[in-house]
Amino acid sequence: MTREKDAGAPPEARDPIRLHKALTRIWGAGPGLARLSSTNHSVLGMRFMITAGVFFLIGGILAMIIRAQLSTPQSAFLGAETYSQIFTLHGTVMMFLFAIPMLEGLAGYMLPKLMGARDLAFPRLTAFGYWCYLFGGSIIVLSLLFGVAPDSGWFMYVPLSSKPHSPGVNSDVWLLGITFVEISALTFATTLVVSILKIRAPGMTLGRMPIFAWYMLVTSLMIILGFPPLILGSILLEAERAFGLPFFDPTRGGSALLWQHLFWIFGHPEVYIIFIPAAGVLSTIVPVFARHPLVGYRAIVAALVAFGFLSFGIWAHHMYTTGIPHMALAFFSLASSLVVVPTAIQIFAWLATFAHGRPRWDVPMLYLFGFLWIFVMGGLTGVMVAMVPFDLQAHDTHFVVAHMHYVLVGGFVFPLLAGLYYWLPLATGRASRFTLARPGFWLIFIGFNLTFFMMHLTGLLGMPRRVFTYPGHEGWMWLNVLSSIGGMVLTMGFAVILADLALHARFGRRARRDPWEGGTLDWAIPRPPTFYAFASLPRIETRADRIDPRELGRELAAGEGYLGDTRNGWQETLGIHVTTGEADQVIIFPRQSYEPLVTAATVGLTVLAMLFKLYPVAVAGFFVVSAMFVFRAQSAGLREDHGPLPIGRGEAVPPHTEAESSPPLLALVVALVADGTILASLIYAGFYNWLVAANWPPPELARGGLIPVALAVAALVAASGCARGALAALGRGGNPVPWIGAGIFAGLAVTGIVGAILAGLPDPRSHAHPATVFMLVGYIGLHAYVGLLFLVSNALRYRAGYLSARRRLDLRLTRVWQDYTAVSGIVILLVVLALPALAPLAEGRP
Amino acid sequence: MALLLGGCGGPLSALDPAGPGTASIARLWWMMFWGSAAIFLLTMVLFAIVMLRPNWGARVSPLRWIVCGGLGLPALVLPPLAGYSLWTGEALLPTADRDAVRIEAEAAMWSWTFRYPDHGGAETVDILHLPEGEPVEIHLTSRDVIHSFWIPRLTGKRDNIPGQVNVLWLQADGAAGEEGAIEGTCAEYCGIGHAAMRFEVRVHPEDKMEAAIAATPRGDPPRMRTELPVPAGLPVEPLR
Repeated sequence: MTREKDAGAPPEARDPIRLHKALTRIWGAGPGLARLSSTNHSVLGMRFMITAGVFFLIGGILAMIIRAQLSTPQSAFLGAETYSQIFTLHGTVMMFLFAIPMLEGLAGYMLPKLMGARDLAFPRLTAFGYWCYLFGGSIIVLSLLFGVAPDSGWFMYVPLSSKPHSPGVNSDVWLLGITFVEISALTFATTLVVSILKIRAPGMTLGRMPIFAWYMLVTSLMIILGFPPLILGSILLEAERAFGLPFFDPTRGGSALLWQHLFWIFGHPEVYIIFIPAAGVLSTIVPVFARHPLVGYRAIVAALVAFGFLSFGIWAHHMYTTGIPHMALAFFSLASSLVVVPTAIQIFAWLATFAHGRPRWDVPMLYLFGFLWIFVMGGLTGVMVAMVPFDLQAHDTHFVVAHMHYVLVGGFVFPLLAGLYYWLPLATGRASRFTLARPGFWLIFIGFNLTFFMMHLTGLLGMPRRVFTYPGHEGWMWLNVLSSIGGMVLTMGFAVILADLALHARFGRRARRDPWEGGTLDWAIPRPPTFYAFASLPRIETRADRIDPRELGRELAAGEGYLGDTRNGWQETLGIHVTTGEADQVIIFPRQSYEPLVTAATVGLTVLAMLFKLYPVAVAGFFVVSAMFVFRAQSAGLREDHGPLPIGRGEAVPPHTEAESSPPLLALVVALVADGTILASLIYAGFYNWLVAANWPPPELARGGLIPVALAVAALVAASGCARGALAALGRGGNPVPWIGAGIFAGLAVTGIVGAILAGLPDPRSHAHPATVFMLVGYIGLHAYVGLLFLVSNALRYRAGYLSARRRLDLRLTRVWQDYTAVSGIVILLVVLALPALAPLAEGRP
Repeated sequence: MALLLGGCGGPLSALDPAGPGTASIARLWWMMFWGSAAIFLLTMVLFAIVMLRPNWGARVSPLRWIVCGGLGLPALVLPPLAGYSLWTGEALLPTADRDAVRIEAEAAMWSWTFRYPDHGGAETVDILHLPEGEPVEIHLTSRDVIHSFWIPRLTGKRDNIPGQVNVLWLQADGAAGEEGAIEGTCAEYCGIGHAAMRFEVRVHPEDKMEAAIAATPRGDPPRMRTELPVPAGLPVEPLR
């Protein structure tokens, strides 16, 4: 960071109205349809939340249909086939289309405001993620109208969901649609990690961050590591369904349990991914209503990290009944019950905050009480089902349905409603009167407990989940009647809340600044939030939940903070050093654009083409999307060197194009962690089948061949070397194009050799072993192809003047990508060489 | 509570043991139930006190709150619970020296075929015969998708997974000769016939087993199956 003494914002910028108008001209989204091009975090965050809210209503209606069907024995309301689609869709919608996007929307909307930034790190990527979510979610939900909705349950166990037993398109809708939606989750998580680490107000070190940012950092990292196993699983299952590659088919060396492992390695962290942000909302609200700073900040952060780690070690507690040896289960059982510790630390930190404060009661507190009641109960039943013997009874019954709803509704929906009523004055700029919030709460609270408490008992009386009806002599009827009545009360409660929101939006009075007397930065911005959020950026000298938003808000609006003036029509915010928290770059965001919408729509068409088995169209779509990404990159960044730019308060820092550690570089590393997790999952799948599955060894081993493997390694290393050469040439002020050309040649060589290896393999449809090798080697090919896209983009952007000795970001990204491709490629080739040597060891198995 | 204690019966109730497996698990359950009720109450009372009596909780330092509640409470509860649970689980496992009766349970969409190699090799469909008071080793397989074999009154469930054989131990101590007192069901969702994939359990004295198996008519669906609105295309006849 460099400092220039007299480089503060010019004095004429100090007029708040003029500054507001100037910033709005730069940051504002157009009216009407032009809004579709918006890349603003407030617009997109709200859009995510509203869309998720709509999906929540759809999922709720499905739930009511389920309750109507089960309320009486031998009901003829729904047939088994319709019922299977409805319960599958209810789970799928609530988990994938409501909970995850809702927390993403909330985080996207709130984080920049809490951290003193004007936007998230990658606005266009955020917009792209939103469209992916909307299109993927719509494909899944609309499939119900055509009677082809997924129908194997939301965890899609094979072989029920594989081709012989689900010949229709139903499972494909799930696999392709969910993978599409998960692209959105991964892009969003990457954006959040980078935003939290790099884009905060200067002075806000990690230890001063608002606690919500810590929660979201942990959540995002869990998404980065947790979603890839399911994405890989979905790709493998779709490959089995569409092309006959037998990863899960026990007659050809696959294993049905492999799917369960991959699903739950994702699925269990997923549950905590949903809970942690909601707990973050509570940790933000609790100190405000306790009128005392949150106690145990460090303990909570430590608990969160422990939570994150534990969540990846307990997936098998969903699989106690599958025949895993009891002693192995004991390990998972112990790990599962250990989750109690970080949870209890959270809850007791909140209780201690209340105990040391002067608590006051208001609507958000009511929902906090609802959370505590329901979530504690869900946690206790969680300990019960973590115990192996009891779970052998409770597993797959309505007891588990009850437990799961207590944890997820208690742990997510109630905190969310608390957060909704807490932040409503910020989002709408209107003061809350909450006339209907209290009756709404009691309806939801009583309705929920009536519905789901009964299910514990129905489950213990032996009612399996997912049965569409029952004869009626088992003693389940009255419990089901009560559950259904409770469901109706619950639904009425949500209707009341919706009415309350409508009244609020229509009749609410103007809210004053910081109505709750909170101590966080979000209350220091105009309400409702402006597109630019902060007219100027604050400097943070204390923990960021102990500031005075009223005083600070006035100063910031007057442009007295950092970046208190406009420059070149740029959308600017500050990037900081991850740990010291000092400003190290001015981040200049790209203009809003329709490109994210167009790209996502093209990906959507590609997904539809795969769904309808129009594979030539899908392949064409794949290439068009690749071209779009290259094209999109052509307008990013700056064409000149600027050197340090004044940012106010006498400081000056370079634009992100010239900074040492700019957000895209960090994002690429994060994305490669996710990518590496996909590869690790694939290698795991290969070894799992080799160790466990029936019908091994394969009839014909897949051997890469020493010579092709050696050539491939050479080409991979060469490609990586060229990327380094190009970067070094550019840094010396030379021309990198010859190196880029050589890199393209090496990349083409890699794809050619990979193609030759693939062509020499035994038929991948014959057995899981060649199928796995096929995917592994294909992984190298795909990465070499993407590397070529990087290189083409580099060459084009160099010619267009975006690269210079100081602006080397593009070539750094390419170097990281090519290095990853080389390292992962070499690992894969070694695995491929080693597998045939290991295969005979499997002969002695049963 | 009356509902809880009074209504525990039923042919599929996990709280109405008819064998040692379910009996030990039900003990574990009641222990956990009362323990959980106490912890739940404790949390709610603490919450009420800190809200209503602000000065009371302030005498305890924040660190002590977090250490006592977050570490102390779990340290007090979890080890004994996990230990007891492990011991219960170990007792449910087969022990090699017991001379158990072997029965095979093959699941298919959507019926159960039971074979009795120790009782003349006959087979029955959707009706399982068990010897009273004898340990039984059930060998679970599947012909198509994953199913799960569950007799809640006897012991916990175990999955039938294609490509592998799972073994479940159970023992029926009572209910010999009582019609419809014990039922079994498929617990893992296995397609549109899942709800109908139930079976009847008949317990006999060991010496009457063979006769009872031989007297079971083939293709005669058990009572609870006939009462269900069976989906179109669902084979009531067992698959061959």
